[in-house]
Amino acid sequence: MNSDKIIESAHKAAETSSDGTLMLLVAVFILAIFVGYYVVWNVTPALHSPLMSVTNAISSVIIVGALVAAGPLDLNLSKIFGFVAVILASINIFGGFLVSQRMLQMYKKKG
Amino acid sequence: MNEDLTALAYLISAICFILALRGLSSPDTARRGNLIGIAGMVIAIGTTLASPGVLSYTWIAIGILIGGAIGTIIALKIQMTALPQLVAAFHSLVGLAAVFVASAALFAPDAYGIGSVGEIKTASLIEMSIGTAIGAITFTGSIVAFAKLQGLVSGTPLVFSGQHTLNALLGVSAVGLVFWFSTTESYVAYWALVVLALALGFLIILPIGGADMPVVVSMLNSYSGWAACGIGFTLGNTLLIITGALVGSSGAILSYIMCKGMNRSFLSVILGGFGGEESSTTAHVVTDQSVRRGSAEDAAFIMKNGGKVIIVPGYGMAVAQAQHAVREMADALKAEGVDVSYAIHPVAGRMPGHMNVLLAEANVPYDEVFELEEINHEFTTADVAYVIGANDVTNPAAKTDSSSPIFGMPILDVEKARTVLFVKRSMGAGYAGVENELFFRDNTMMLFGDAKKMTEEIIQSLD
Repeated sequence: MNSDKIIESAHKAAETSSDGTLMLLVAVFILAIFVGYYVVWNVTPALHSPLMSVTNAISSVIIVGALVAAGPLDLNLSKIFGFVAVILASINIFGGFLVSQRMLQMYKKKG
Repeated sequence: MNEDLTALAYLISAICFILALRGLSSPDTARRGNLIGIAGMVIAIGTTLASPGVLSYTWIAIGILIGGAIGTIIALKIQMTALPQLVAAFHSLVGLAAVFVASAALFAPDAYGIGSVGEIKTASLIEMSIGTAIGAITFTGSIVAFAKLQGLVSGTPLVFSGQHTLNALLGVSAVGLVFWFSTTESYVAYWALVVLALALGFLIILPIGGADMPVVVSMLNSYSGWAACGIGFTLGNTLLIITGALVGSSGAILSYIMCKGMNRSFLSVILGGFGGEESSTTAHVVTDQSVRRGSAEDAAFIMKNGGKVIIVPGYGMAVAQAQHAVREMADALKAEGVDVSYAIHPVAGRMPGHMNVLLAEANVPYDEVFELEEINHEFTTADVAYVIGANDVTNPAAKTDSSSPIFGMPILDVEKARTVLFVKRSMGAGYAGVENELFFRDNTMMLFGDAKKMTEEIIQSLD
């Protein structure tokens, strides 16, 4: 799988670098762009609309950051920001995946 | 959950997302791909909820319930013609969420392990400011795109003098603010950057005309990915970085495909000013002697007696809600033994692949629908090209007239068919405001009227 290679290469990249973390992240970033490039060129043009709604849904994985902010026990500004972001990202996750599924259900073969 | 397990779970989640995109290489595997994507999201959220920093679940549950309910209702109710504005609206939410997450990280950096208030690492501050800036641009840019697509504001490009200078100034100021913020961790600099990026988002999309909306929607898709990436770097989260990069490159590729479909350079789209709103929809027929007009009966007769019909749908078909009627007509023709297929231009709808979804919704089998490169050579052997709601994408001026604004745009060679049937409300020019010489050709027959009504009349005549 491509991602395994990414991580493997990323680790190698990190070992040879002085600032381990940042270069590791940069390596992951660059390799993920390559994966995205090759995977997306393989998407059939007929499914470009679902592609947009699926990518929209998965980009809402930003909710991961929102959950950490909304997670602590005491109420502060950061928790409120996190809470709002959880709502926004949830709209996208549910809306994005559902509308994609709705679209994909429509694609039928002849007969 | 310990750190290694968390990292592993995030990796699995990222692989799920890659497989979700991989599934879209064919309609057969796409549904399963989408389910794998959902699984990836569940893993990501579950893993985060199990992390030691998350202690209180009430607010989170309420947030997911509210957001989930809103998202579900919207997704179930939305009309497929309104898909482009829905996607634009969704992009704006990703952008705004990115701003909120970055702000949360600024006020509680210890929760993310990037330092403490007043002492956040410089690298994190740079990443945070870039992430929040892209998020803010995505947010307001998508709102403008939404408003244009929804018809809340005119699709006419809004151009004023000094526009590019202003944008450039704002861009330079943004870079300055990023520098100020990352060296001082000043809240003033941070909020100034947010406001400036919000303004920039508005200003970048406002001058872009309605005809370029497919590019804009794809571009904002890309931005929302880069915003997620920026946040991923801030939080040191590989899942966010991988996903953001996937989405970012996907949007960039779609923008490229759309630009190529219109033969426009990405830069000229961004600089804006092209493509006004659709010509007025009043059924105004200009009488011109050299145009051959036909009736529904004529059209039915020609198509019934042809062996091969290629239907060329454009956005006008979707506006007239004629896709179901078109499919019924195709069914009636197939019952007569006619070979029917559909030819889709890359920019036939308002977003990439929009026309394919609209046809799929009308139960048109996807193996009868072909892309421009697949079907263009077939027009020479076709008896009829039935052009409905499309204009510019069939205009031979794109190949012959170097002074035409659409020169160089790939077009569907409908003129090579034995007969071209044009369903149009009037003789009005297309989106790009260009006259189509095809209307005056000998082998063209104009069918004036509403796309849906005309097609329904043809179905009646076929019986």
